[in-house]
Amino acid sequence: MGMIGKPIDRIDARLKVTGAARYAAEFHVPNAVHAVLVQSTIAAGSISGFELKEAEGMPGVLAIITPDNAGKLSHPENVPQAVAGPLLQNKEILFNGQHVAVVVAETLEQAQAAGSAVRVAYTPGEAATSMDAMLGQAYVPKHFRNGQRPPDSSRGDADGTFNSGAVKIEQTYITPIEHHNPMEPHATIAAWNGDKLTVWTATQGISGAQATLAGQFGIDKNDVRVICPYLGAGFGCKGNTWPPATLAALAARTVRRPVKLVLSRAQMYTSNGYRPRTVQKLKVASDINGSLVSMRHDGFTSMSQPSLGEFAEPVGLATEMLYACPNVAVTHRLVALNASLPTYMRAPGEASGVFALESAMDEMAVALKMDPIVFRLRNYAETDPHDNRPFASKALRACYEQGAKAFGWEKRSAEPRSMRDGGTLIGWGVATSTYPTNRLPAAVKVRMDAAGNVVVQCGTQDIGTGTYTVMTQVASDVLGVPLQRIRFELGDSDLPPAPVSGGSMTVASVAPSVQAACGALVDKIKDLALTDWPGQPRDALQVRDGMMVGLDRRVPISALLERSGRSFIEAEAKTQPGEERQRFSMHAFGAQFAEVRVDPDLGTIRVSRHVGAFDAGHVLNAKTARSQLIGGITYGIGMALLEETLVDGETGRIVNANVADYLMPVNADIPDIQVIVVPNDDTNSNPLGAKGIGELPMVGVAAGIANAVYHATGVRVRKVPIRIEDVLV
Amino acid sequence: MRAFSLVEPRDVESAIAGASAPGAKFIAGGTDLLQLAKDNVETPSRLIDLEGLGASRIEASGERLRLEPLARMSDVAAHPEVVARWPVLSQALLASASPQVRNMATMGGNLLQRTRCGYFRDTGFACNKRVPGSGCQAINGENRMHAILGGSDHCIATYAGDMAVALIGLNAELQLTGPDGIRTVKIGDFHVVPGDTPHVETILAPGEMITAIEMPASAAAKRSHYLKVRDRASFDFALVSAAVAMDLDGGTIRDVRVAAGGVGTKPWRLPEVEAALTGKTADTATLRAAAEQAGVGAKPASRNAFKQVLLRRVVLRALQTVSA
Repeated sequence: MGMIGKPIDRIDARLKVTGAARYAAEFHVPNAVHAVLVQSTIAAGSISGFELKEAEGMPGVLAIITPDNAGKLSHPENVPQAVAGPLLQNKEILFNGQHVAVVVAETLEQAQAAGSAVRVAYTPGEAATSMDAMLGQAYVPKHFRNGQRPPDSSRGDADGTFNSGAVKIEQTYITPIEHHNPMEPHATIAAWNGDKLTVWTATQGISGAQATLAGQFGIDKNDVRVICPYLGAGFGCKGNTWPPATLAALAARTVRRPVKLVLSRAQMYTSNGYRPRTVQKLKVASDINGSLVSMRHDGFTSMSQPSLGEFAEPVGLATEMLYACPNVAVTHRLVALNASLPTYMRAPGEASGVFALESAMDEMAVALKMDPIVFRLRNYAETDPHDNRPFASKALRACYEQGAKAFGWEKRSAEPRSMRDGGTLIGWGVATSTYPTNRLPAAVKVRMDAAGNVVVQCGTQDIGTGTYTVMTQVASDVLGVPLQRIRFELGDSDLPPAPVSGGSMTVASVAPSVQAACGALVDKIKDLALTDWPGQPRDALQVRDGMMVGLDRRVPISALLERSGRSFIEAEAKTQPGEERQRFSMHAFGAQFAEVRVDPDLGTIRVSRHVGAFDAGHVLNAKTARSQLIGGITYGIGMALLEETLVDGETGRIVNANVADYLMPVNADIPDIQVIVVPNDDTNSNPLGAKGIGELPMVGVAAGIANAVYHATGVRVRKVPIRIEDVLV
Repeated sequence: MRAFSLVEPRDVESAIAGASAPGAKFIAGGTDLLQLAKDNVETPSRLIDLEGLGASRIEASGERLRLEPLARMSDVAAHPEVVARWPVLSQALLASASPQVRNMATMGGNLLQRTRCGYFRDTGFACNKRVPGSGCQAINGENRMHAILGGSDHCIATYAGDMAVALIGLNAELQLTGPDGIRTVKIGDFHVVPGDTPHVETILAPGEMITAIEMPASAAAKRSHYLKVRDRASFDFALVSAAVAMDLDGGTIRDVRVAAGGVGTKPWRLPEVEAALTGKTADTATLRAAAEQAGVGAKPASRNAFKQVLLRRVVLRALQTVSA
């Protein structure tokens, strides 16, 4: 008993390190052939023609699918999908690197060779590639947060009160395009059996993929099966159903054989989204004592052409709720470019928005000559100031306190360039983290056989975070069955439906359903037992190690099943968020403390220490949680100092679409990271008391590092990544 | 990648025979060529695998160091004689790539590593180096990593390697063997600036290969240092690097060689810096004045003016390190 919270090793660890865990591209589907994508080399215009003779004549080539001969898909408006194209349905070119053809051949090498022999002629159009040049033409998002709220919000009078502040800043902060770069590329194997489609695809959302593919091909949802037992990470780029999955199915229908389509690393830069560039204008004012008077946060997000879909980075949402400021205005605008469609990337909105907000808060603290933590505590929001609801729980104060203590914050000298180690400048910075606690409906089925072995089934995903493990722990606790006797099955659309693994909501959504289904199973077993043991108090009955244990006796469950003429017993449950979502404002919180070392002559910046203290609610597995927290901070260090996708201004084509020139942290960049989980059982949010930890730990890291760089050098850098040349004074 | 034939010669003569045919290309560790071939930047029709030559000896005598072309970067970097007597070479190698790459990559191949210019490495862009006459989009594009020395109107791609920079500091010579026999060239004459033929990167004649790298032992070689500044702490190309080899007689600089990486279209020697040091006392004022000469005549591109400042700082730090 009491498995929840324990640092259990991942139950799939052995499968992963031995290579036995099977990822989408690794399924052996008999008779499968290979497809590769051909992509455009211009950013705007149209295709005027294809020269396919050479490619068609090459060995092994089975089909070359272009807009001239591609099978028709349902109109995008009739399909539940976030990404409307490009799907070879017309000859319009909207971005550089757009799919223009699919080559199918017997082997991968043959498909690649023929793909490079496809010649495309274009009629070029005028491409919009510069966000800064287009800021004046920014427009209001049409489906902000899927239409669940307006893109703008305000309370009080932010503009009217700004000038009354004793201390004011007005600054612009910029974050770049970043790519997710999961280790596993996007990959799909598609196989048709008549009008029934099976896809093995790398996705964070099998239910979404099922619905989208069914809609695109005009078939019943139940005729599409989506399988994805393991994911080599997604970070958001596998949340939607992107065109390559659809094109694999289209190719399979064309050649009447199963088709495998795996993206190259370069193709991963234009095929499945990215974190868009943001330009954020902040105006913040406080009174002389540091009480905030006015905040204005205007966020601009780079976008594709609108016909491809819509994604707005919700940069201002944290600004609405993080501080008790009476006058706040937040706006979100989009800038249409000839670029592929952006999407969610780990902590969408918060990662970019909190960089700007928490940099601005540091600038205010400097201007006020206040300690940055004291300044934040001065404006601590005890209830959500945006909608006046109480927080379901909030232990941010404890995060500041415990993080500061572990970091040694009290030894900080406030003056920039005042802390050194020999010739090296040392800087200490702090920033706040927050991320919403999300939850959606999920369904679970559980079955126990006569031997006491349990199968728990849910159509959720394990995106590398440990879903298999923590759900097994939850089932173990409710059923009183050891972990080894439980098999958790996921990643198959034939299983009971669950939401996309995004928004840090898998635990909060699925775990309550696992708990409820297992609880229902226990009830059924008790019913059986009570038939045999009339008079036994129901509350005294417990399931333990395959036995039904009562006050004065214990009976194997197998015996109960046998007497009732069954070989197994099963139960189902569907759980969903309830009225707590109306009553409470639900968020996770954290405090990030960074130490940087800067060479004052060479400008090299390295993070030498990091402490993150988090109010993440109830943690289901101390080990996988710690891994996620460390991983998130690592992701944040990449954002702060390294990651940036470079787009050529003339052609709109990405210049560093590879992991040698798009820099992500390596081990040498990552210092000792200490993570602290502040105890907080948030049962107002969900029965497990969990808040979700996938995105929280990266929020605020970039601001904490930027603030530390200021403290080290006296140079305020208002964009990421912070480069050597930014501090080379 | 296009289909190619693979031949596996056992000696230099048969390797060279047929190597001057169009489409023929030597391959050793393959750490660069395979990437380029997969991206259709290189489209060899015939690969001549040099592994069978077995030429991987590292020979350190009293007078000189001789490296055969197939010696692995990792083996040379870890060789005790190299570490003790030619430290700049070991340091430059260890600052290159990753352990996995260094275990595969060879001396000869490293000297011929091609630029990391993103416009060169993607056939979706115009590039004079890849397709002569097609234009250079880097000159007005994303050129933060590009050269500030030795560029032309046709190409500003940086020579990306580290080892060749160290070899300039060590006054190395290359032995080249080709259809017309054997010749010896100074490392500084091996790579060429782009001019109006950026596709020509070295003086290697068709069919010619590097058969040895040699450098003298010296007091300067023993007092040598490589400093590399990069965005990422490891596994990254240089923004600016410097190789310095200095012979100090008491406090007086008897002999010095200084070269820079990450700034030139080829490994870049800094003779102005050397001239400002030779015969002088190695004090702070001298070193500072000399470092100020680094990059004289540089022509930064739109996004890399900072490299001028950084070059002077990196050279100064490297000079301070060797003279300390």
